[in-house]
Amino acid sequence: MSSASSSQMGQLVADKHVRYILMAEKKKESLESVVMDHLRMNGAYWGLTTLDLLDKLGTVSEDEVVSWIMTCQHESGGFAGNTGHDPHILYTLSAVQILALFDKINILDVGKVSSYVAGLQNEDGSFSGDMWGEIDTRFSYIAICCLSILKCLDKINVEKAVEYIVSCKNLDGGFGCTPGAESHAGQIFCCVGALAITGSLHHVDKDLLGWWLCERQTKTGGLNGRPEKLPDVCYSWWVLSSLIMIDRVHWIDKAKLAKFILDCQDLDNGGISDRPEDAVDIFHTYFGVAGLSLLEYPGVKAIDPAYALPVDVINRIAFTK
Amino acid sequence: MHGRKRNAALKPEEEAASASEALELRSLQSQFMSNHHQKIYTKEAIQLSAKLLEINPEAYTAWNYRKLAVEYNLDSADPSLVNSILHKELEVVENALKRNLKSYGAWYHRKWVLSKGHCSSLDKELQLLNKYQKLDDDIKKNLVLRNFHLWNYRRFVVELTKTSEQDELQHTTDMINDNFSNYSAWHNRSVLLSSLIAKKADGFTPKETIRREFDYVHNAIFTEEDDQSGWFYYLWLIDQTVKMETSLRASSWPSDGSTIILSGPGCFNGSYSSSKFTTYCSESGSFPLILYFDQAVSGVSSSTVTIDSELKSNEDLVWEPVPEKNSQVSCVWVARLKFDSTEPVKVKVSLGKSREIVSSTGCNLSTPYEFVFTVHIYDTVGESQEGTVSWTDGFDYLDAQSSKDLNSLMALNQLKADTGFEWRKQAIKIEIEQFRKLPDSKFGKLILAKLLMAEETTISDDDAVKGVHYKEILQLYNDLMALDSWHDQYYKDEYSVALLHKVTSSTEFLSRHLFRYRNMNNIVCLRLNNLTLSRIASVEKLLFVQMLDLSHNKLHSAEGLEALQLLCCLNLSNNRIKSFSALHSLRHLKQLRVLDVSHNHIGGKNLVDTTRYLCSLSFPNSGEIGREVPSKYRDAYLVLRDLMKLKQLDIRGNDLISGEEFSSFVSQVVPTLVWLDGHKLAS
Repeated sequence: MSSASSSQMGQLVADKHVRYILMAEKKKESLESVVMDHLRMNGAYWGLTTLDLLDKLGTVSEDEVVSWIMTCQHESGGFAGNTGHDPHILYTLSAVQILALFDKINILDVGKVSSYVAGLQNEDGSFSGDMWGEIDTRFSYIAICCLSILKCLDKINVEKAVEYIVSCKNLDGGFGCTPGAESHAGQIFCCVGALAITGSLHHVDKDLLGWWLCERQTKTGGLNGRPEKLPDVCYSWWVLSSLIMIDRVHWIDKAKLAKFILDCQDLDNGGISDRPEDAVDIFHTYFGVAGLSLLEYPGVKAIDPAYALPVDVINRIAFTK
Repeated sequence: MHGRKRNAALKPEEEAASASEALELRSLQSQFMSNHHQKIYTKEAIQLSAKLLEINPEAYTAWNYRKLAVEYNLDSADPSLVNSILHKELEVVENALKRNLKSYGAWYHRKWVLSKGHCSSLDKELQLLNKYQKLDDDIKKNLVLRNFHLWNYRRFVVELTKTSEQDELQHTTDMINDNFSNYSAWHNRSVLLSSLIAKKADGFTPKETIRREFDYVHNAIFTEEDDQSGWFYYLWLIDQTVKMETSLRASSWPSDGSTIILSGPGCFNGSYSSSKFTTYCSESGSFPLILYFDQAVSGVSSSTVTIDSELKSNEDLVWEPVPEKNSQVSCVWVARLKFDSTEPVKVKVSLGKSREIVSSTGCNLSTPYEFVFTVHIYDTVGESQEGTVSWTDGFDYLDAQSSKDLNSLMALNQLKADTGFEWRKQAIKIEIEQFRKLPDSKFGKLILAKLLMAEETTISDDDAVKGVHYKEILQLYNDLMALDSWHDQYYKDEYSVALLHKVTSSTEFLSRHLFRYRNMNNIVCLRLNNLTLSRIASVEKLLFVQMLDLSHNKLHSAEGLEALQLLCCLNLSNNRIKSFSALHSLRHLKQLRVLDVSHNHIGGKNLVDTTRYLCSLSFPNSGEIGREVPSKYRDAYLVLRDLMKLKQLDIRGNDLISGEEFSSFVSQVVPTLVWLDGHKLAS
């Protein structure tokens, strides 16, 4: 255990995380920022969703964020990771998710964005990430999640999309990125999430997968992503949300996981890291807070395990129009 | 982003170095962007992008640019230059991979280049991969052994070069022999073997393959007990041994050899004493025909299920899947047969001849499934009664005479002991002997419990040794709860499954839980209360149940109950149910008249809903609910509105608001309701 006083270990230093996120947003020219320039759209989604979960979305300038997002849109309808970069399905989802947080989906030409996404579906039901054709079940999830939020799921062949995902199911109950690929918690989240949104969870062997997932919990309390690997806070999201969607979350020790996440905080400067005492970043800060939300940690808003957006945002979308 | 130590603040020199590095990179990126947007593909411009990717292989737009440059240059190039253009790309990828062996962009670029089809170095690709995987440096080895990009790329090259599966199998053997802890290699092995078995390749019959693999994996699991890789593979082997490759198992209600008595609406009035628990109360002169499969199947229809009887007006029977009407795939299928004769009628149902009934993994019925039953009608006088059902008084123990009826009710389609079956039983026996020799360990106990359960499933119901393992299985799970307390809820669930298997494994065990309820014409009640059950199982043996007491258990969901299509009275009080969405299975129990969910935890605030996506009533489909339903009652509405025969509901002792508001809400949604929380509703 570290030298920090143990009485502080059990606490979420929410204000410090909020400050960390707001400051990181401003440090655009640090080396770390420049290296990650191309995925700023993802970073914005992680940071802003965390702020919303901590009920502090109001601390950012909505207009600034929204106008920057729109500079990332291409004539094809897809969004890039940052101004000037090429469009890709990854950043298109993040853009739509951020607009959902701000309840600003109405500024989009929904037809255009949904056509970009739907156009990436291949004949076998799989999805490419962009015009260059890389196929991965991550993109299946992204397409389904994005189109569902935009209420345009009928623009794709849902049955074929589900069929492709099922073809990526492995003998241990998990899912990989393409047929035959090894099960990995990140891919499992994507496949289970996509099946959940399309009402197709009957394709999942919940007991087999649930057991594989609950065996991700290591002696540290944290979760790893595959057998014999180190625990990492980001799996607190991917493994946990998958377990919740298939109703097997009671198979892990939730209290020990919460403690692991809290131990990964930088109590002085804010932010959460992959493992205790490692460097913090926005990515792990988001997954740590989202994980705590799924663990019902007080002071954190509820997050939807399939859409990875606050439940009140999803409800707002569901029950309007 | 991963695995970097948290440092104290940087020293001034370090800060300056970092800032200048950032400026350099920023400048490089700007220049690159300018070239990209202006579509400049000169040698210098392309070289700039290579420099950028060497430093930052994640800059995905640069990979896109390079593809555009390649296409541009290939267009105008001399055919003799094609190879060198593509070769250059492979070089750039290798440099990028030195920086980050997990770069999606780099790996995809390589695949894209090779897919162009001109590349002569295809055969060298496998050699290159082998080189990566044989590195001496320990740290790098760990990075590489489990690198799924490498394994995926390997699969891609194997397909392009048409390398044989047998050769690839040998590769996994080499990898595993080098280091047992290679889940990726074991995974690949399972994929290759499945394919070779399915193709019926030489030397890869299920029997030979499974025997070889059990022996092979013993090395791994008996020498390195803590390593999980071998254990997961081992469990897969058990599964392969027990499951007949492509076979489905089915059960039905009515079951083979049973007699059904149909009664009119007064059947619960107690006007005659019937010890038969095959009495079915039918108000419409029809009764359900229920089919249960151990996997979700499609293709159940009047053309794949033939019904042979003197009952007319049953042509073109409509078979509906439970639960989802929209997906035509389900474990449970129901059709309603009309009964229009005054005389007893024999009915024969056959399915499976056409092979059209099939699961999503391609399993079907290996032999046709047939069952024959007789239907009588018994006229009863009067309206159905108005009194409440009590769950505590009025029960008599069921007498043993009915065990013959019980036997036929519980019959499950048995796997006949054909040639394909004996070696499976033997294989399991051998493994059990091996595992009994192991010292106590978590995986050892868990595997033994699963092996014993597997052996139980291979023993037919009428064999005298049936049920002999359950005591040991339950003890093993108890041991595991103590040994691996973090996963105790998993072991509790497995314990519940084993307990229910035991209870339904013989008429002797089951009859201990069967009672007659006097006030409803001696209807048979299955009482499974106070058994610490945390989940429901063995429903295929309980399709005949009409009255079920599951109170005082630890259930958090009603998952599984949707198969019990005959249920008219259900008690789920004093369990751990946290929401109405956890009860979504109940909306498929159209015969439900009496429901008790009192003293649970329904309606607590801010609870994470773990059953929302299992019932597909969530967001994309929920637009159908009108605005007039208060949001806090939405889940309740979606369950209750389908229970069109519900007369008695008990919801006391839950966090959900009771009292006037809920009463009036429920009365509107369930017009048939007469009793709420023990009080008669004003009509």
